[in-house]
Amino acid sequence: MNNKRENFLNKSSRRGFLKVAGISAVAIGAAPAIKAVSIASGGGEAALPVKTAKTEALTAKRWGMVIDTNKITEEVVESVVAACRNSHNIPDFGIQPDEEKYPNTRPAKKMQEIKWIWEEHYHNAFPEMEDEFLADKFKSLPFLVTCNHCKNAPCVQACPTKATFKREDGIVIMDFHRCIGCRFCMAACPYGSRSFNFRDARPFIEKINPEFPVRSKGVVEKCNLCAERLERGLQPACVEASEGAIVVGDLEDPESEVRAILKENYAIRRKQELGTEPSVYYIM
Amino acid sequence: MLEIAIKGSKKYWIWLGALLTVMAVAFALYVDQFMNGLMITGMSRDVSWGFYIANFTFLVGVAAGGVMVVIPYYLHDYEKFHRITILGEFLAVASLIMCLMFIVADLGQPIRMLNVLLYPTPNSMLFWDMCVLNGYLFLNIVIGWKVLEAERNQVKPPAWTKPLIYLSIPFAIGIHTVTAYLYCGLPGRGFWLTAILAPRFLASAFAAGPSFLILLCYLVRKFTKFDPGWEAIQTLSKIVCYALIANVFFFLCEVFVVFYSKIPGHMAHIKYLFFGLHGHGALVPWMWTSMTLMFIGIALLVVPAFRNNETLLPFTCIMIFIGTWIDKSLGMISGGFVPNPLHHVTEYIPTVQEIVISLGVLATGLLILTVLFKLAATVKEEVRG
Repeated sequence: MNNKRENFLNKSSRRGFLKVAGISAVAIGAAPAIKAVSIASGGGEAALPVKTAKTEALTAKRWGMVIDTNKITEEVVESVVAACRNSHNIPDFGIQPDEEKYPNTRPAKKMQEIKWIWEEHYHNAFPEMEDEFLADKFKSLPFLVTCNHCKNAPCVQACPTKATFKREDGIVIMDFHRCIGCRFCMAACPYGSRSFNFRDARPFIEKINPEFPVRSKGVVEKCNLCAERLERGLQPACVEASEGAIVVGDLEDPESEVRAILKENYAIRRKQELGTEPSVYYIM
Repeated sequence: MLEIAIKGSKKYWIWLGALLTVMAVAFALYVDQFMNGLMITGMSRDVSWGFYIANFTFLVGVAAGGVMVVIPYYLHDYEKFHRITILGEFLAVASLIMCLMFIVADLGQPIRMLNVLLYPTPNSMLFWDMCVLNGYLFLNIVIGWKVLEAERNQVKPPAWTKPLIYLSIPFAIGIHTVTAYLYCGLPGRGFWLTAILAPRFLASAFAAGPSFLILLCYLVRKFTKFDPGWEAIQTLSKIVCYALIANVFFFLCEVFVVFYSKIPGHMAHIKYLFFGLHGHGALVPWMWTSMTLMFIGIALLVVPAFRNNETLLPFTCIMIFIGTWIDKSLGMISGGFVPNPLHHVTEYIPTVQEIVISLGVLATGLLILTVLFKLAATVKEEVRG
C-alpha cells in the first residue's frame, strides 16, 4: 500500500495499518481480532509508529477557510479552479479525449461533471438570503463554493461504510477505496459539494498529476482541503492560486490568521440555519 | 415443494420464457453499465438518484403492503384472509428481492457492497435499511414456506412460526419507515424534510400493495383452479380505499404547510412538480395524471356500487397502482432533487438503457412471483381436492 496516500487519508494511519493487517491475515474474520489486539496493546491513535516526519506538516485543531469576496475576480476564480483541477486530477468534460490513447470514448455529459471548487452567483451560494434590493456589487460578484468541512457533517452521518469520515483536525475526507457509490452523501450534503464518478475520468484529464490518485468510476469525491499538501507543509492549491483571497488556518487557535481576519471582518457562512457548522467563511 | 414449479402448462412456460428474455436483454445492458459506469443513466451531479432508487422506494411499499393481510388474519382471526395471506407474504418476498436488486443496480461499486457489513455504521440510515429489508425478506421466506408446507401436509404450522409472524408485523412497518428516514432526515432537502413522509409512505404502500394483490387474485383465479374468494377481495378493496384517502390527505397536509408558511425552499419542489420551475416541467403532466388517477380511484372505491363491481374493480386497482407509482417513485425522488440545494434546476429523465435494466429487475421479480404463486395455488388446489 502506498504510504503517502494512506497518510493523507488518515493522519494517524491507524486505519491504514488495520487494512494492511486485515488483508495480510487473508481471512476477513481475523480483522476484528487484530483490531482487538492492537487496542489491547495500547495501540491507540498515538502509539503506532508515524511513517513520515511530521515536523514540516501544517496542522490545526480544526481547519477552516476564509474567502474574501472583495478579492475574488473572474481571473482569480479561473486560476483557483484550474489549480484545484490540476492538482487533484479532476476531469474536464470540455476537452476532446486523445483518440489514440482512449479510443471510442463515449461523449461526456456536462451534467455528470466533477467539481471540487467552482463559481456561483450570490443567490445560488446563499439561496435563502436572496434579496431584491441586494447591493449591486454582490449581484455580479463571483462566489467560490466548495466543501464546507462542516463540524456536524451530514455526509459523514449518512455514509453507510465510513468511507466519508471526519479527521481529528476537522477535515472531512474520503477513502476512495471503501466508497460503494451509493451516493447517500450526495443527497445528504446541503451544499451540493459532492460529485460522483459516473465514468472513468482518465480520458478527460489533460495531464495526470502522479502525486494524487485518479479515482475509479463509481465513487464519490469532493474537496479534501488539500490534505495531501498540508501534510507536506504546503498551502492548499486554491490558496496558492487565489492571490490572497483565500486563507486557511486553525479556527480553534485564537492566534491564527483566520481568527484574526474573522475578528476584524463581518463574515457569513452558507446555510448557517441548518446547524451543520460550516468551516468556510465569506467576508462580505 | 419446489418440484411443483417445474410442472406447468404451455402458457406457464411461454410466460416464464418471455420474462427470461427480458431478463437476458436487461442483463446485457447491465454488463455495459457495470463496465462503463452509471454514465449510461440520466442521473447527474444534481439528481444523483433516479429510476432505480425510485422503483426501490415504491417496491418497499408493495412489500410492506403485504402486512395488510397478515394483520387481519393473524391478529384479528379474520378467516376470509386465510386463503390470501400466503399470497401477501410471497408478494412481499418478490418485491423485496426486486428492492435489493435495484439497490445493487444503483451502486457505483457493486462489488464493494459488503463494505456495509464489514464496516457497520449505525448512524447511517442505509445501514438500518439494509438490516430491516433483509430481516423482513428472511421472515417472509421462512413464514411463507413453512405455513404452505404445513398446509400441504395438512398439519398445523410449527409453533415457532407464530412469534416470527408477529415479528414480521413491526418489520413491515419498519422497512417503509426506515426507507422514509433515508430521505426525511436530510437537512437542506426541503421536499423530504417533513415528519409526514414516513406516514405518507406507509399510506401509499397500503394502497399500492393491496391493490396489486387484488389484481394478482384476479389473475390467480383466471389461470388456476384456486379461488382466493370474492369476500377477501372486497375487504382488500376497502383497505385500499382507506389507505389511498390517507395518502392523498397526508399529501394535502404537506401542501397546506408548505404553501401557507410560504418558505421558498419548501415551495420550490412542489411548484416544480406540479407547475414547472424556471421553464422546466418534465414531470408536470405525470404529477397531474397521478393526482387524477388517485382521486378517481378514491371515487370508485368509496361508492359501494363501484367498489363491488367485479368487472370495474381491476381497472380501479390498475389506476391506483399507476397513480401511486408516479407519486412515490417519479415524483418523490426527482421532486426532492429539483431544484438542487443551490436552486439550480437540472431535470432528470431516465435513459432507455436505465429503463430496460429496471424492466429486467421487474421481470426477475415477476418470475419469482409467478413461481411462488404457482406453488401456493397448486398446494391449495391439492388440499381442497
